Amino acid sequence: MNDASRAEVAIVAVAELFRGDGELLVSPMGLVPSIGARLARLTFEPDLLLSDGEAYLLDAGGAVEGWQPFRKMLEMIVPHGRRHVVMGANQIDRYGNQNISAIGDHERPVKQLLGVRGAPGNTVNHRTSYWVPRHSRRVFVPSVDVVSGVGYDNAAKAGPSAQRFHDVHRVVTNLGVFDFGGQDHGMRAVSLHLGVEAAEVVEATSFEIELDGAGVTRLPSAEELRLIREVLDPSGSRDREVRS
Amino acid sequence: MADKTATADEVVAGLEDGMTIGIGGWGSRRKPMSLVRAILRSPVKDLTVVSYGGPDIGLLASAGKLRRVVFGFVTLDSIPFDPWFGRVRESGAVEVTEYDEGMFAAALSAAAQRLPFLPTRAGLGSDVLRVNPGLRTVRSPYADGEELVAVPAQELDVAFVHLNRADARGNAQYLGPDPYFDDLFCLAAKQRIVSVEKVVETGDLLDEGPVQSLLLNRSTVDAVVEAPRGAHFTTAVPDYGRDEAFQRHYAECAKDPERWPGFADRFLSGDERAYQKEVARFAEEAK
Repeated sequence: MNDASRAEVAIVAVAELFRGDGELLVSPMGLVPSIGARLARLTFEPDLLLSDGEAYLLDAGGAVEGWQPFRKMLEMIVPHGRRHVVMGANQIDRYGNQNISAIGDHERPVKQLLGVRGAPGNTVNHRTSYWVPRHSRRVFVPSVDVVSGVGYDNAAKAGPSAQRFHDVHRVVTNLGVFDFGGQDHGMRAVSLHLGVEAAEVVEATSFEIELDGAGVTRLPSAEELRLIREVLDPSGSRDREVRS
Repeated sequence: MADKTATADEVVAGLEDGMTIGIGGWGSRRKPMSLVRAILRSPVKDLTVVSYGGPDIGLLASAGKLRRVVFGFVTLDSIPFDPWFGRVRESGAVEVTEYDEGMFAAALSAAAQRLPFLPTRAGLGSDVLRVNPGLRTVRSPYADGEELVAVPAQELDVAFVHLNRADARGNAQYLGPDPYFDDLFCLAAKQRIVSVEKVVETGDLLDEGPVQSLLLNRSTVDAVVEAPRGAHFTTAVPDYGRDEAFQRHYAECAKDPERWPGFADRFLSGDERAYQKEVARFAEEAK
């Protein structure tokens, strides 16, 4: 029997986002995505490139293997497209539009957030996934207030240049894994984490979501649990981000 | 050779109301904070500030100096949001031009290259085009026919950047891991002010870093301000890292209208020397 916590299941689900990425720069934002990316590199995707969050690329042993200042990121790496980013989201809608800019009217927001950051450029240039630690109606909204990351409907409206490299891959939450393979690129459950009922997801999502055919998110292997607990997050920070 | 050394108050005295000012660094990293503090002490107002924003934006907002902010984000890095920027946005006290981070770089690059715009894919399909109705797209004249965002050049009246070392002529050096966009800010500006941790002899510049660390040459610098700990409370590695305890104190006071006047009175009412002295006392008290 597997005693994995919900956070550990989510970490493995994030790691799975990178399966097949090979020798690609991955940019995980936040704790669970960072642990997931490093777990993928220690197991089934050994060639992934990861930065230290500043200007260095560090290999799995902690050696500096590259230099990647912000300017290189924005002027070369993002437009060149060999990157997979996992961003957070204050709001996401059915078509994968994401908001990290502001809540309410942009002219005078109810709540100012970070700003759009690199989300517009990321989403039209390379693969983008999202991580949401608390799946709720506040996050999964009918329509986002400020489109930061571009969803499938808006990419289509903007035309071929917006769609050419657009690739919103998946959303991992504390409840499950979702993609945009539903009708009209609507959000669809790929898998729900063990013990999560479909009704729970319906209750926590304020738009219609396709749940038929969702499997169960795979559980961490014994080796993955060992790596998470002993190597990647010995202090247990993951359980503060995702409650079991 | 011209000696370009000046004081922060001298360079800030040259600012005029309504100017467009670029501030280098990134988030809460290597910000020319001593120059920002000098602006707080000056009567200048109605500024348009162009910044990969951090506490520079917060402090200028706190003193009512901002008319418009051109930004892709404002963050304190280890603390996600700057409370003062939130307050002036939520009260509608500032206008904004919000760009994707890559568009922001393209706007500075266009100005640096004296081009009217640069094309980019970033922004297509996003609300950056909706909230900046003046933005236009441009169609490729080649067979691909792609339609891209034409980011207009962002020219600056003045650029303020903080580096680690410079000589008195304005050759300036960063010793940390990332140059950020400081050279681009200088190329986009009519007047370029660099503050540094330490002014050294030209012949000593390579003592601490390789030739690639000489980010600015003197033809793109008009004034050099020696400002030890001038990036405080942001990072200026390897000279010092971010003062996290002080940044937390700033953010807590900025969040609380009852505590802010005490913070401003203690830290921001005097000159730079008084600021640094109070910061040292704050650190002592925290021990």
